Amino acid sequence: MSNDQVLAFETDCHLFNDCGFPSPSEFSFLFEPLFTIGSFEVNKPMALVVLSTLIVLGFFWKAFSKPAVVPGKFQMIAEAGYEFVRRGIARETIGKKAEAYVPLLVSLFFFIWIMNIWAVIPFAQFPATSIIAYPAALALVVWSTYMTLTFKTHGFVGGIRNLCVPSGLPKGIYVILTPIEFISNIFVRPLTLTVRLFANMFAGHLLLLVFIIGTWYTLGSVVGTFYAATSLVMTLLLTLFELFIQALQAYVFTVLTATYISQALEEPH
Amino acid sequence: MLIELAAEEPQSPVVPVVPEIVIGLICFGVIFFVFYKKLVPSINKVLEERRAAIEGGMEKAEAVQAEARQTLESYKEQLAEARHEAARMRQEAQEQGAALIAEMREEGQRQREEIIAAGHTQIAADRKQAAELLRQDVGNLAIELAGKLVGESLEDHARQSRTIDRFLDDLERQAEGGVPAQGQGSEAGR
Repeated sequence: MSNDQVLAFETDCHLFNDCGFPSPSEFSFLFEPLFTIGSFEVNKPMALVVLSTLIVLGFFWKAFSKPAVVPGKFQMIAEAGYEFVRRGIARETIGKKAEAYVPLLVSLFFFIWIMNIWAVIPFAQFPATSIIAYPAALALVVWSTYMTLTFKTHGFVGGIRNLCVPSGLPKGIYVILTPIEFISNIFVRPLTLTVRLFANMFAGHLLLLVFIIGTWYTLGSVVGTFYAATSLVMTLLLTLFELFIQALQAYVFTVLTATYISQALEEPH
Repeated sequence: MLIELAAEEPQSPVVPVVPEIVIGLICFGVIFFVFYKKLVPSINKVLEERRAAIEGGMEKAEAVQAEARQTLESYKEQLAEARHEAARMRQEAQEQGAALIAEMREEGQRQREEIIAAGHTQIAADRKQAAELLRQDVGNLAIELAGKLVGESLEDHARQSRTIDRFLDDLERQAEGGVPAQGQGSEAGR
């Protein structure tokens, strides 16, 4: 299903059949609209993003809307996730002022994670975050958050200082460092946030596709069956690996967000 | 399908398109809003309550334990006091008993001495009386004997009496002085 762009019209192509390997390409990331609302075309990644939203909200609503002091199993699982972000990321990185940013970080972590997980869910099999617009949207949120916080905490001049002039260095260094910090903190941060998440999920999806298509493609002859088996094993291993990467990328994105917020709140020395 | 897409000049995967950004923002906005307004406060409240409940329980347990310890200590103290009291009473009783015995012994001794003294006095009086009687009898006998021996009555009573008395006094003196002067009149003293 995930590779329907390819498989839909190349299903009969096998090794030794005089047709090339139908390698995944950027077409693997382009989808025909599933349906249209008015003139707006809804494609599969959009549907997955909306579904992710509903899943995150549904799960935590069920767990947290009427929480019990003595939690049930369901609430306990949700609490474990929530406390992981609250203690493991927010408090660890931001410290005392962390509590105000917990909703943002929890939302980010679970939204990204669920969007990533679609990569290995049967019939979905596509990470929504490998469409660059979604990481970009989240990076935009993070960027506006920490920029706003910086200027709100330090005022305009103090904010610029906070962003461009790291303290405690010899004076000569600032000639070089200030422009670098300026570019890094204001332009590169959101870009790297976006690209890191996007590229990881994009590459992961491509990898899985290569081995899934490879499994299918090499089937059909006796020799090919061995290739196919190898490829299938690789697919399974990579699926496990991707599961790890999905959680890791959600974690990295959230930790970096917390770090940026923490830096924005930092007192000038 | 491939032909169709290819003809359209495919969208580059690294260029975000605005409608998708908007969808992403809206979806994230909804999640954030619900978490911010409802879920995080709700769960934080419960976590706080749980923490308070656990701490409250612990505090209560601690208080109960402290009370138990205090009670135990007071019991121990009372027990020690009681033991001490008992020991004191025992000691006192022993002392009293000893004193009583000593007193009784003393009293007995005193009574014994009294009785002995009374006996001595009585004996002395009896002896004195006996001696008195004996003296008269001896006098009379001696006179009678002497009258019979000389064959005549000795009329001069007064003189007789004086002679007898002197004689007896001599005897008595000899008896008293008999102990230091043994050789002289020891027979008379007896």
